[in-house]
Amino acid sequence: MDIKKLTITQTLKDLKAKKYSSVELTQAYLDRIEHVDPTINAYVTVTNEEALKNAKAADEKRAQGSDAALLGIPLSVKDNFSTNGIRTTASSKVLDGYIPPYDATVVKKIKDAGMVLLGKTNLDAWAHGSSTETSDYGPTKNPWNTDHLPGGSSGGAAATVAADEALAAIGSETAGSIRQPAGWCGVVGLKPTYGRVSRYGVIAMGSSLDSPGPITKTVEDSALLLQVLAGKDPLDATTSSNAVPNYLKNMKDKINGIKIGIADDYFEGVDDEIKAKVEEAIKQFEQMGATIKKIKLFPPKYAIAVYTIIQRAEVSSNLARFDGIRYGKDRSYFGEEAKRRIMLGTYTLSAGYYDQYYNKAMKVRTVIINNFNDAFKDVDVIVGPTSPTTALPIGATEGQAMFGELADMLVEPSSIAGLSGINMPVGFSKAGLPIGMQIIGPQFGEEIVLRVGYNYEQKNPLYELKPKL
Amino acid sequence: MSKYTPIMGLEVHVELKTKSKMFCGCSADYFGKAPNTHVCPVCLGLPGALPVPNKTAIEWCIKIALALNCKINEFSKFDRKNYFYPDLAKGYQISQYDLPFGHDGYVQLSNDKRVRIMRVHMEEDTGKLTHEDGASLIDFNRSGLPLVEIVTEPDFHDAKDVVEYLQKLQRIVRYLDVSNADMERGDMRLEPNISLSLNPKKLPNYKVEVKNINSFKFVEKTIIYELKRQEALLEKGETPAQETRGWDETRQKTFSQRSKEDAQDYRYFPEPDIPPIRTRKEDIESFISEMPELPDAKLERFQKEYTIPAYDAEILTREKSLANYFEEAAKVGQENKVTPKEIANTIINKKIAIEQTSPAALIKQIVSGKQTVQIDEKELKKLITEVISENEKAVEDYKKGKEASLMFILGQVMRKLGRKADTKIILHAITEQLA
Repeated sequence: MDIKKLTITQTLKDLKAKKYSSVELTQAYLDRIEHVDPTINAYVTVTNEEALKNAKAADEKRAQGSDAALLGIPLSVKDNFSTNGIRTTASSKVLDGYIPPYDATVVKKIKDAGMVLLGKTNLDAWAHGSSTETSDYGPTKNPWNTDHLPGGSSGGAAATVAADEALAAIGSETAGSIRQPAGWCGVVGLKPTYGRVSRYGVIAMGSSLDSPGPITKTVEDSALLLQVLAGKDPLDATTSSNAVPNYLKNMKDKINGIKIGIADDYFEGVDDEIKAKVEEAIKQFEQMGATIKKIKLFPPKYAIAVYTIIQRAEVSSNLARFDGIRYGKDRSYFGEEAKRRIMLGTYTLSAGYYDQYYNKAMKVRTVIINNFNDAFKDVDVIVGPTSPTTALPIGATEGQAMFGELADMLVEPSSIAGLSGINMPVGFSKAGLPIGMQIIGPQFGEEIVLRVGYNYEQKNPLYELKPKL
Repeated sequence: MSKYTPIMGLEVHVELKTKSKMFCGCSADYFGKAPNTHVCPVCLGLPGALPVPNKTAIEWCIKIALALNCKINEFSKFDRKNYFYPDLAKGYQISQYDLPFGHDGYVQLSNDKRVRIMRVHMEEDTGKLTHEDGASLIDFNRSGLPLVEIVTEPDFHDAKDVVEYLQKLQRIVRYLDVSNADMERGDMRLEPNISLSLNPKKLPNYKVEVKNINSFKFVEKTIIYELKRQEALLEKGETPAQETRGWDETRQKTFSQRSKEDAQDYRYFPEPDIPPIRTRKEDIESFISEMPELPDAKLERFQKEYTIPAYDAEILTREKSLANYFEEAAKVGQENKVTPKEIANTIINKKIAIEQTSPAALIKQIVSGKQTVQIDEKELKKLITEVISENEKAVEDYKKGKEASLMFILGQVMRKLGRKADTKIILHAITEQLA
């Protein structure tokens, strides 16, 4: 088997046809990890033994006729998801020795689906960033050019998929942390609607924003994983009880008649190369029979202010539990970025400032939500670049306290509104770095987002291209 | 009389007796259990764990608010109260800030004074710290238990009123069957705010909060002590410090715990992990329909329906079980021509153990008691007259002041009666006839 050519769809067929076993497959990935991860540094923890044990169990289940959805498929999980018995650090030394006694709901679901966990992937410490450079376990490198950043905070997750260190990955997005690294690493990253996938067991960053989601090679793989992840969780009061549709059912339908919105402000300050690629993709949509419609959205810059205030406030509260009494490490283990966020969030929530900052941000958030709701009365999806730039060089975040907010500028408004969205690879820059396009759907618009993405991918199978490693 | 008027308010925390904790499935029956055995990721505040509110606890909180004549916020939410303490697992407590479940209610006292209730809100309890051999230990069994906080306006001017209010509150939550309100187990924790003002209509520029008192008696003592302490300071021309104090039962005084300068900024903000809670008018109506008759209503009804005095009715309605017992006994009594007043007297004066005496048995007891007395009254008079005429010497001796003669006469009467009887009644009858 050539793992570089595998997708979940293909692998499930191969496993059923007994072309290879899950153990063989898992071993191939572990070998690949051993080979490339010293360069990429996508994993914080590799779970060799458990992976092989679980792969064996999957093979046995298959022999017994199990119909678990993703039986024997190896994947990586971001290290901010609680894994029972497996160290979970959120890439912060504060949690260096923390072994959770329970599984996040997402982890439970992938286990129930028969998937094999290869290991826990690197992120910006506490998911605070868009580079994976602020990890206390060293930066992850972009598989397409190891002098460059993978994006973040799910940089490790995106890199494992781009570098074939996993067949798929679970990431989490607060505002851009799935789509932006997927964009920079040239893979498919789906940010589900807030409340579509349970947050239970995900080390909280911005609680009103955090959305776990899949990072995959293809849109179909994304749909397969989302099918497993989505749904009401009795352990997460913010999950929706809306019925989970069959994401594969209409995914392959043509998109003629679909209305695609384009907002000029989402192309403002974007690299010309990126603009050109996204515009090319939009032309393709038109050729496929979609209607392109110019729409007016609030300039994304307003979202930066709203996002910064809400997220910092929630962070300052969420990190309070790491008070030095439990978990073995005191507060001096917090990195600069976490300390900055704790201080800023504490400030904005303080007496006399609450109305000026937090309360005002919440009001603007409502305005942004209404703005999108209005837009979705006229169009089915909104398309634009995922990031203003391609992957920046290692070291780019140094001294840039607002690096993440600028890198995620184009994805922040939809995150604030809790919308669904996907990053699609649409080509490469002259320097050979991936370019990403985002497709934004309304809340619970995953079906239409996947469908538009799938149609694009059919014409542009960029996942077949591989970095040289 | 002092020239100062005490101005006091109360904050009371009531622990609910739900089966599970406020935000997780752990058993809430933690009292006396081995430390850290009733815990899970949620109440331990482990990274990633999320709170899911206990519907029953919310319902009970709303019922308490309704029982205290509160308005119910149809749109309510939880908020995070951020502060550091080792027994606080998450570094914040889930509480309610600007939209509590209940607000603007009142409690009517027996002297017709009305204590306004500012708010009734829901929050979670913390873990428990113990300090042993130089080490501090944390038990999280109590962490996440449902607490209802009831805050009054500064409407109290008298410690006696405070105690009556507390008794009423305790009765109400017990009637609602939502809390054991057991003081010794810490089911009710009391925090009076105490100050003195020259102008009873005006709040003074300071207040002293006394924290975590666990007995009504201690509250009364605290208030009496504080009022004296504050008055002495005011008389010296000083303003008592705005601070939090504690009650030291051994030394019978309050002591300073935290000054105003250390006052916390709790940085409240809406709890993002719990969606806002809507209580529709229909929900409120159904809660009301499920509520039992409350102590005040029962007290009034007992007086009217059973024509018993307020004094008796008050005692009989202190506990729902006793009130129910009385009503059952009254029903049985009606068939046996025993009046509610007789039943009330018997229950109150004879301190009937209601767990051991069924209402029917009680009535039987009263009836047989009455029969003895009825026969005695006529028969007794006759017998006494006989004994007096047969024992002139003893009668004369008694009239001269010889007490023993009275006992002799009593013995003669008892002998003639030939059965057991209440000697007090007989003695009374003899002395009456000899008078």
